[in-house]
Amino acid sequence: MSLIDFLIRNRQEFVTLTLQHLLLVGVSTSIAILIGVPTGILLTRRPRLSGPVLGVANTFQTIPSLALFGFLIPLPFLGGIGASTAIIALVLYALLPIIRNTFVGIRDIDPAVREAGRGMGMTDRQLLLMVEIPLAFGVIVAGIRITVVIGVGVATIAAAIGAGGLGVFIFRGVATVNNTLILAGALPAALMALAADFLLGRLERRFGAARAGVVQPHTAEGLASRGHA
Amino acid sequence: MDRDNSAIVQFRDVSFRLHSGRLIVSNLNLDVRRSEVLVLLGRSGSGKTTTLKLINGLLTPSAGTVIVDGMPTTDWNPTELRRRIGYVIQDIGLFPHFTVQRNVGLVPTLEGWEVDRKNERVEELLRLVDLDPADFAGRLPSQLSGGQKQRVGVARALAADPPLLLLDEPFGALDPLTRVQLQREFRQLQSRLAKTMVFVTHDVREGLFFATRIALLSEGELVFLGTAEAFTRAEHPEARAFADVLREPARQSDERTGGSG
Ligand SMILES: Nc1ncnc2c1ncn2[C@@H]1O[C@H](COP(=O)(O)OP(=O)(O)O)[C@@H](O)[C@H]1O
Ligand SMILES: [Mg+2]
Repeated sequence: MSLIDFLIRNRQEFVTLTLQHLLLVGVSTSIAILIGVPTGILLTRRPRLSGPVLGVANTFQTIPSLALFGFLIPLPFLGGIGASTAIIALVLYALLPIIRNTFVGIRDIDPAVREAGRGMGMTDRQLLLMVEIPLAFGVIVAGIRITVVIGVGVATIAAAIGAGGLGVFIFRGVATVNNTLILAGALPAALMALAADFLLGRLERRFGAARAGVVQPHTAEGLASRGHA
Repeated sequence: MDRDNSAIVQFRDVSFRLHSGRLIVSNLNLDVRRSEVLVLLGRSGSGKTTTLKLINGLLTPSAGTVIVDGMPTTDWNPTELRRRIGYVIQDIGLFPHFTVQRNVGLVPTLEGWEVDRKNERVEELLRLVDLDPADFAGRLPSQLSGGQKQRVGVARALAADPPLLLLDEPFGALDPLTRVQLQREFRQLQSRLAKTMVFVTHDVREGLFFATRIALLSEGELVFLGTAEAFTRAEHPEARAFADVLREPARQSDERTGGSG
């Protein structure tokens, strides 16, 4: 049975799993942005915290994803079987690139620009909203982009703890030694990752390239080369 | 008229040290009088920028008081203080994501001016620094030459018509010919505007060219304060060292600078 045939015949389940997958990644990325961007901003104000905070975020990333899901299951309140546990794990994975890129993006703004802003009488808030975030925007989006691409991949494993998503096809395919089934999960997930990468990459370039005067060594490529499973 | 001659800035026994304990400005006593151009002259690292930042509250004294318009800088609301002081920083610091128009109109924006009034003011200022608004208003800083950036920096500092202007080596980063041209133009601007200015430079010719009075800093200490004429006759070794530079056969660029000073 060909992949196309399979997807057509099981289109209802396919659509459901795809939507679940998008939901897992979308919700976890949104939460990670809401936590990560303010944390990154805070670190620029308290640079001494940056070592410990980035260290902790880094640690989450080094835990193999299947193990992280496993660790969360027995936890009271947070854990258990299902989507909410998976989302927590995905958020933990997503935090590092977002926190780090927000921190680095703002930190690497030309100090003369910040000085000028303060010297003109900008309040801290005005400096952040009018200067720092706009100038760091491309770098922050690069962090979000990495997060989404990793998240789409890691979310396939969420099926192992009953959170649904395209991983359901993959696990079922592995269990039954059915390559078509594996592909039915893996290929759409890969396309999803590529699409997100492409769209966010365009957003990143639009805001990154226009911002001459900002040092941007921490692009998606630079971080991706650190290697994520 | 009494008020016009009074000091707009007063340093009273001002010292500034780093957290490490290193003394950067040492027991400074100095008045900046209304409508004068006070040149802060000194070698690089002598504490000029630090002294300037003590005026607009970017730094606060470790000891002593800096009084601006009759009130210690520590009592001022920092943003209010800074919005009445024009500041041209050493590295220009134009906002790279703002057009020239938005850069120049920044303080008016912060002050909540109406759009029409603001746009009018920006045009007026761009003409003042000899940039055609039709050509330049929409450009980003990355589309400007060094000299043009510096003009925009000056226009931005003048935007809200501040009574006091701080200039930190405004022409330092320019090529010699552009520098001389801008110095000449700025000199004319200066006599037209009649603003109080604190002008930082390490270039003695430039200092003499602009100064009503010269304040010479050496390793964070004020070692001379007086007119340009008195400066060339001053006894202090650091003043002599600077005066000697004047007697040296000048490089081409400096010769032009000193020509009319
Ligand atoms: N934040 C700082 N940290 C360490 N050293 C500083 C800092 N600010 C100024 N300095 C030192 O203080 C001295 C005076 O600096 P500055 O006021 O910038 O001098 P100038 O403007 O005359 O070149 C220099 O030796 C400089 O290295
Ligand atoms: Mg300096």
